[in-house]
This record gives sequence, C-alpha cells and structure tokens, in this order.
Amino acid sequence: MMMPDQFPPAFVFFVGAIALLLAPQGHARSALTLIIPIIAASILWNMEPGIYDRVEFLGITLELTRVDKLSTVFGLIFCLAAFLGNLFAWHVKDTIQQVAALLYAGSAIGAVFAGDLVTLFIYWEGTAIASVFLIWARRTEGAYHTGLRYLIIQIGSGVILLAGIVLLYRETGSLAFEKMTLGTLATWLIFLAFGIKCAFPLLHNWLQDSYPAATVTGTVILSAFTTKLAVYALARGFPGTELLIYIGAVMTVFPVFFAEIENDLRRVLAYSLNNQLGFMVVGVGIGTEMSLNGTASHAFAHILYKALLFMSVGAVLFRTGTSKASELGGLYRTMPLTTVFCLVGAASISAFPLFSGFVTKSLVLDATAENHYLIVWFMLVFASAGVLSHSGIKIPFFTFFAHDSGKRPKEAPTHMLLAMGATAFLCIFIGVFPEPLYSILPYDVEYHPYTTSHVVGQLQLLLFALLAFCFLMRTGIHPPEIRAINLDSDWIYRRLLPSWISAISVAINAIWSKNLGFWTRKVDALIVRLHKSHGPEGRIAQVWPTGSMVLWIAVLLGATLLVNFV
Amino acid sequence: MASDATHAAMSLHDHLPLLQVVVPMLAAPVCGIIGSRRLSWPLAFAASLTASIISVFLLLDTLDGSIISYHIGGWAPPLGIEYRIDAANAFVLFLVSIISSVVLLYARTYVGEVISASKHVLFYACYLLCLSGLLGVAATGDAFNTFVFLEISSLSTYVLIALGAERDKRALTSAFDYLVMGTIGATFFVIGIGFLYMATGTLNMVDISERIADMPDNRTVRAAFAFIVVGMGLKVAIYPLHLWLPGAYTHAPSVVTAFLAATSTKVAVYVLLRFMFSVFQPGFVFETYTLEFIILPFAILAMFAASIVAAFQTNLKRLLAYSSIAQIGYMLLGISMISKTGLTATVIHLFNHGITKGTLFMAVGAYVLQTGNSFFDRLEGLGKSMPWTSAAFVVGGLSLIGVPGTAGFISKWVLVQAALEKGWWVVALLIVASSLLAVIYVWKAVEVLYMRELPEGSTHVEAPLSLLVPMWMLAIASIYFGIDTSLTLSAAQTAAENLFLGL
Repeated sequence: MMMPDQFPPAFVFFVGAIALLLAPQGHARSALTLIIPIIAASILWNMEPGIYDRVEFLGITLELTRVDKLSTVFGLIFCLAAFLGNLFAWHVKDTIQQVAALLYAGSAIGAVFAGDLVTLFIYWEGTAIASVFLIWARRTEGAYHTGLRYLIIQIGSGVILLAGIVLLYRETGSLAFEKMTLGTLATWLIFLAFGIKCAFPLLHNWLQDSYPAATVTGTVILSAFTTKLAVYALARGFPGTELLIYIGAVMTVFPVFFAEIENDLRRVLAYSLNNQLGFMVVGVGIGTEMSLNGTASHAFAHILYKALLFMSVGAVLFRTGTSKASELGGLYRTMPLTTVFCLVGAASISAFPLFSGFVTKSLVLDATAENHYLIVWFMLVFASAGVLSHSGIKIPFFTFFAHDSGKRPKEAPTHMLLAMGATAFLCIFIGVFPEPLYSILPYDVEYHPYTTSHVVGQLQLLLFALLAFCFLMRTGIHPPEIRAINLDSDWIYRRLLPSWISAISVAINAIWSKNLGFWTRKVDALIVRLHKSHGPEGRIAQVWPTGSMVLWIAVLLGATLLVNFV
Repeated sequence: MASDATHAAMSLHDHLPLLQVVVPMLAAPVCGIIGSRRLSWPLAFAASLTASIISVFLLLDTLDGSIISYHIGGWAPPLGIEYRIDAANAFVLFLVSIISSVVLLYARTYVGEVISASKHVLFYACYLLCLSGLLGVAATGDAFNTFVFLEISSLSTYVLIALGAERDKRALTSAFDYLVMGTIGATFFVIGIGFLYMATGTLNMVDISERIADMPDNRTVRAAFAFIVVGMGLKVAIYPLHLWLPGAYTHAPSVVTAFLAATSTKVAVYVLLRFMFSVFQPGFVFETYTLEFIILPFAILAMFAASIVAAFQTNLKRLLAYSSIAQIGYMLLGISMISKTGLTATVIHLFNHGITKGTLFMAVGAYVLQTGNSFFDRLEGLGKSMPWTSAAFVVGGLSLIGVPGTAGFISKWVLVQAALEKGWWVVALLIVASSLLAVIYVWKAVEVLYMRELPEGSTHVEAPLSLLVPMWMLAIASIYFGIDTSLTLSAAQTAAENLFLGL
C-alpha cells in the first residue's frame, strides 16, 4: 500500500518485536532488545525536518512521520529510555514483557512523530494496550485487577480523544495535529484525554495505582513513556494555555503530602513523578520559547533520573523482595554501588547544581519568574523543597541508611549496575555539560544555568533542608518511628496539613463510597435484570418452539404491510 | 457484451458468469455418482477453487462500475434467463467462493475426524450444492431464478446442519426448525415474486424495475415488497426472525457453521439489497417507510439485544451465533440509511464480517475437535496449550470488536461516517456503545482462554496444521483488509454507487 519515504522509527520497534519472537530465548534476545533502540535512534537522528510517509487511509491522509525539533528531542529520549530500560531488564526471560516493552516504546515514539490526530490516536491506544502487559506480567491476582483498572482508564482516555478528534474534524475539516485553542467541546475533550494520560490532579490515581504494581523492570519502562507522551501532546497541542500553569502548579504541590506519608517506596516515586510532571505542565502553560525548552529538557532529564531511581529501588526489590520503607534500611553495606547510583538520582531530582535536574528545572522556574507568575513561582519553589524531602532524602535514606534492617542482600546484578551506571553518568554529564542537551531543544535560547544567583539560590534551599535533616537526625534519633525523622522541618505541612488532608479525604471518601455504592447497586440490579431476560435461561435466549417463530413472521409481515399501505 | 457477440465465437472469458455457478453445480452430482470417498474432496476443492478464480476475474471486470449481462443459451431477456454481474454481486461471489475454498482446506481434516466415513461423499456433494446455490442467488438477474437457487442452497444447508447429529443430537431439531422456518421464508419470498409477476408480467429484475417504476401506488406491488422483505428477512435473520440461527449455528458441524456464517446470511443480505435498490426504488414512499419504521428499529434492537444475550452465553459457539445476529443489525442499519455511504458500509461489513466470523468459527471448530465441545469450562487455559488457535481467535475477536488495524474497524468506521453524514448522532453513539458490548463478550472468551489455569491433567494439544493454515489465512485477511482497504473499499463503493443509481 505504501512505500515509506522515511522509514518510521516506530516501525523499527514493531519489526524488532516480531524478530524477537523468532530469536532464541536468552542473551541473543536480550541483546536484540538493546540493538533495536539504537537503530531507531540512529534513524531519527538522521531525519531531516519535514513530513514523511503520507498514507491514504479511508480518504484521510495520515502523516506517519512529522519531524521537527520538538518531536526529535522526545523521540531521542524515548529511544534512550528504551535502551536503558531494556539493559536493566537483561535478565528477564519473559517473552510477553520483552515484546510488550518494545511495542510500548514503539507506540510512544510513533505517537511523538504523528503528524495528524488519527495517527496520534492509533499510537495513543497502542501505548495503552502494550503497557498493560507490563503490569499483568507480574501474574498476581492483584496485578491483574490493577492492570484492568489501568487499561480501562487508558482506553477511556483514547476514546475521549477519538470523540474529540471526530468533533474537531466535523468543525474544521482538518485532522492536523497542531496548536489548538480551548473553547469548543472538541478541544476540551482532546484536552481532557491528554490530561488523563498526563495524570492531572484528580485524574492521577491510575498512576499511583498501577506503576508500583508492575514488575521490577516494568515500572522502569512504564515511568518513561506514557506521561511524557502526554506532556509532549500538550506541548504540541496546547502551548500557552494559561489554565495549564495552574494545573501544573497544583500538580507540583499536592503529591508532596501524599509522598511524605507513603511507605511503599515505588509509590513514593510514583507521587514524585506526578510532581515532576507538574513542572513540565507549567512550562507548557507559559508557552514561551524558554519555558517550552524547559519542558522538553526537563522531560529529557526527568526520564533519566526517574528511571534511575526506579531502577535502584527496583534492584533493591529484586534482591530483597520488598520496597517498603519500614522493612528496609542499612543496605549500603552490601549494595554500595546501587546506593551511589540512587544518590545520584536523588541529587538530580532534587536539582543539586552539577546534576541534571538543576540545569533543566531552572529553565521552567526562570520562565515563571520572567512572566510574573509570582504565586506559581512560590508553589514551584515549595514543591522543589518537597521533592528534596521525599525523593532526594527519603528514598536513599530509608533504603540504604536509617536503621539497620538486618538485611544483607547481594549487590545488584551486573547488567542492572551497568544500566544504573550509564543512567547516572548521563545525569551527571547533563548537569555538568548542559550545552549538548540545550542544542537539541526545540528553540534556540541563550541560557546559562550556572549563574551566581541560580547556584546560590538553589544551594540555599537545598542546604537548609539538609541542615534541618541533620539537625533532626541529631536531636530526634530516639523516636522509634523512623519515618518521623523526616527532612523538612516545616511542621505546617508535616503535622497540620496532613491532618486536614486526612479529615477532608475521609469526608470525600465517605461521600464517594456512598455514591459508588449507589451506582454499583444500580448496575448490579441492571445486570441481574438483563441476565433474567437475556441470560441463557432468559426469555430472549431460550430455544423457542417453531410455532412461536411462525407467529413472529406473521407479526412482522402484518407490521410491514401496515406500514406499506398506510 | 454478450448480446454483441452472439454471432461471433465467444471466448471462455465471456462465459464466466455462467461457469461461476455451473462448475460447482455439475461437480456435485459427479461427486455423488463417482461415490468415491477419496476423490470427493479433491473434486470439491478443484470446483471451489475454479469458482474462486472465476470470481476474481469477474470482480476485476466490474470494479470500474461496468455491468456484465449474460444471456443463458443465447435467449435474450426478458424471456430468457439473464445473469447480471456488477460490482455488488461480483464482490459477494468473490466472498462466497473464496471462503468456500478456504473452508474446504479446513474441511479435509475436520470432516475426516467428525463425520463418519460413509457420509463423506454426501457431505461434499451437499456442500457443492450449497455453494452453487449461493453463487447462483448472487449471480442471477432473474427473480424466479433467485428463488430456485435459494431453495437449492437452503435444502443442502438443512442436510449439512443435520450432519452435526453424529456428535450432537440437537442438530436434528435445529435442522428441522430451520427447515420449517426457511421454507416459510422462501414461500413468502416466492409469493412476493408471484405478486410482482401479476403486476408486471415479467420475471427479469431489470424489466420488473422498469415496469413498476410508474406504479408506486399499486397495492399488489406494495404487498409484493412486504412479502419479499419479510421472506428474505428470515433468511437474513433480522432480529425477531433470527430464532432459527443460534440453534443451527451451534449444533451444525463447525466447518459448516464457518461456511454458513461467512456466506449464507451475507448472500441473503445481498438479495435484500438487490430487491430494495434495483428492483424496487428507494424513491417509493412505502419502501422508505418500511426501512425507517421496520428495519431501522429492529436493526438497533438486534445490535443490543443479541449482543447482551451473547455476553451471557456460556457456550462459545452459541455466543458467536448471537454475535452474528448483532452484526447483521449493523448491515441492516447501513441499508436503512438509504445513502451511498450507508450502502458502502453494508457491503463492506458483509465482506469483513464474513472473513472475521470465518476465522472465529474455524478456531472454535479446532477447540471442539480437541476438547469435545465449546462450553467455557472446557476451554479454560487453552491459550497455553493451543496458542496458535487462540491467537487466531483473538485476531478475529479484535476484528469483531472493530479495533483499529482490523477489518471490523473499517466497516464500523464507514458506518459511523454514514450515520454522522445523515446527522444521526444518536445512532452513531449507539453503534459505538454496542461495540462495547462486543468488547465484553470477546473479552469473556479471552479471559477463559488466557487468564484461567489449565485444568489438572489436561492433555489437549494444538490443532493440526491443516486446520491452522486455513484459519490463519482468514485471520491474516482480517488484518490485511483492515490496513489495505483499496480493494474492499473501492469494490464496496462501486457496488453502492451502482445500487444507489438503481442499476
């Protein structure tokens, strides 16, 4: 049907997934999963900006590959994430996971290069379907149900997207995936679909529900693609939408509280993922060249350090079988390298100078300040402190230091160390030499992260938080509940806000469960009624005597004659 | 074509419309007369394959919108019988003969296992008769001839269904039910044709169409229309007239079910199309009313009621039978829109659903062969022990739901487009909503196949290659036609254009 004038990078993954099935199980297969992202990356690195692979489909022209700087930067980081994730998963001998990871990465890359909304929709659903297998691959009853919930929400997002696309097509006659303005029902629907995948506040629960439920390696892969694809889609479709600034600001702040009180470390990371997405969404909302650069570069850096953190916690989970903060501690003795890598990830996410988070997050922060969003700026700064608290300190501290759990696991396997080492290297490299990253950003903006005011400002924030942490360590050592020795000295949100939040959440929960119960009962009753009529023993599904069939013919003939003669 | 060439020597190519029907028809008695169990399959397959090749030629000849008129024995219509091939019936002929060939590939092993050796000759003879009947119905341009071929195919179908009795006695009652019902339907149909003959004095469809064009108020013509629609509606299995279908599909041998589900109701839909648009005209007020007040509501009812019944079934084969009734609802919905896009949707769904259901019933046949029946409790965990069959089932299931990238998506897409074009927002939403019901019943089967553990001590193995290959031919087709729509869509569009012009 078509001769692609530019082999779409996504297809590399799809072809690779088929080749994988034919390859023998073992190292060859694992190696293949590493080669595929490299090939795809080299293809997309060499692509010239433009639109390729126009395909006629049902009278619609699909643009499979639209190359510009925004899509290239996301495409590259997705390839990189696929490579690192697959390296981390070298030991996995599960065909389903390997294939699903490739199809998932391929769909995400395909969506990034989609030039029209229909192509976007197809890949959008592709990511949903492929990724759910990474959750199901855990093969527990709980993972099955979680996966189902995840799938329903993801597919739901796709259906809403499709509805929006159809409406938009009726209105404008165009399917191009370009900048849109909120206003009509169509654009709101598309916005909502993007928002679900981006885990906007109140639409975010699927993320914390599903990511910690996936396999050790699956979470690493999951954390890279779905939400960043949504960020890309927002950056493409709704840059400069002011609403996004406030949504993003709320996104950065509210997960902080949840992350603080959460015990499962992978869930803590899922919350902090949400918080990091907030920075990107704010960047999209401001919509200046600098802020969009901030979004793209932060997505790039974020995928790396978030993957690194998930990898290190994953390696611990792999060795000890738990990722609960209360059951871990003191692992630095036997897992020194993992500890170091985790600390690099923690430093990056906390935006320490010389680490990747610093050079990207400050772009967004400066864009906010430059455009005089003072309150938003304060929220972001507050959230930055929160990040340091729950991801930067809590994760490494409770895993590797804190009280000694008595666990003496072996160091992580070599391939995991390699994956973590490579990721950690990139985190530091970007932090020290940001120019290569800046050069591939969508817009040419002169920006210098290492100015005195940046460095000093950030260090003040970080060092003060560290100081507080050390102070608490010295004075508050005795309380047996380790989690109380928590970093930020800010008791307002440590003590007061959590109690408010829990009071409010209890109330909301009560209302919600009443509401849910009401509807569940209604739906159950409907199903019972339907089963009575349509079930195997129901009137409608019964085997009817021949005579009654004849009666029906007579009835229908009578009706038709009546209609014809009236 | 033929009329210009009556005196010139006619090439074989000019006789293709006739050969299309006659080859399998002659092969049937030959098969019976030779009576050799060994020879009957090769003979049947050769005949079916020839028919397939002919159908490809005919389709290529008519894709540009041209019409082939073939006069049997050189007798010019309206006195002689005319075979009239345009894109619509060439497409149906293509579907029927291709499906028949693929099913025959499947039949060789299946029939050998399921039907006792003494009846093999009978099976293939009946199968060929059924095939030629279906092809004849689709090819002919003569109203009475349609009835004759309809009876040929129906009578042989009753026998084929009854052959299921060796494993499941209920096949006999189902076949009997269908016989009674089918005969009533055919009788109504022939009564309708009788009325038309009364009003016009001719049996040739084109001729009838010309003569009734200026008598839309004639009560005889109106009665004829009602009888034809209801009579053929029974064959189509329009919702309240579907009662014969679940039993017949469930208890017939799976190879027969695969063939019937993919072809026979589709041919009946074609006849309905032909009579509604070529013989009668949608310009007739009574036809518009019938479509709007009878066909449309029942089509939507079918989409939901039959899908809900399917969702509660515990027998996979019966589940698929009910799903067929729901899918027929979509085709009727396309007709009732009386628009070019609507007709395109009907024609393309007819084809796409044919290959999809063919895949699914073949997969179910493999399960029945390996495990004994198709109840869910027997199928638990078979995704592991029969991976290829189950994968084919999943492909078919996805196409049934209408997932993008499968044939089923194309037809639903066109159908939704047609509904939007008419401004029928509610109907478009109903189409999508009923697809969700398809998700439920397909998922039910997938869950049983993949999510349940294999029972202890289960010894089921993968189906033999001779079943897998034809199954996968159709499975791949249902993906292929979901991606490359150039053939199906252009054929359906040309067919719809011709039909809409009343040709």
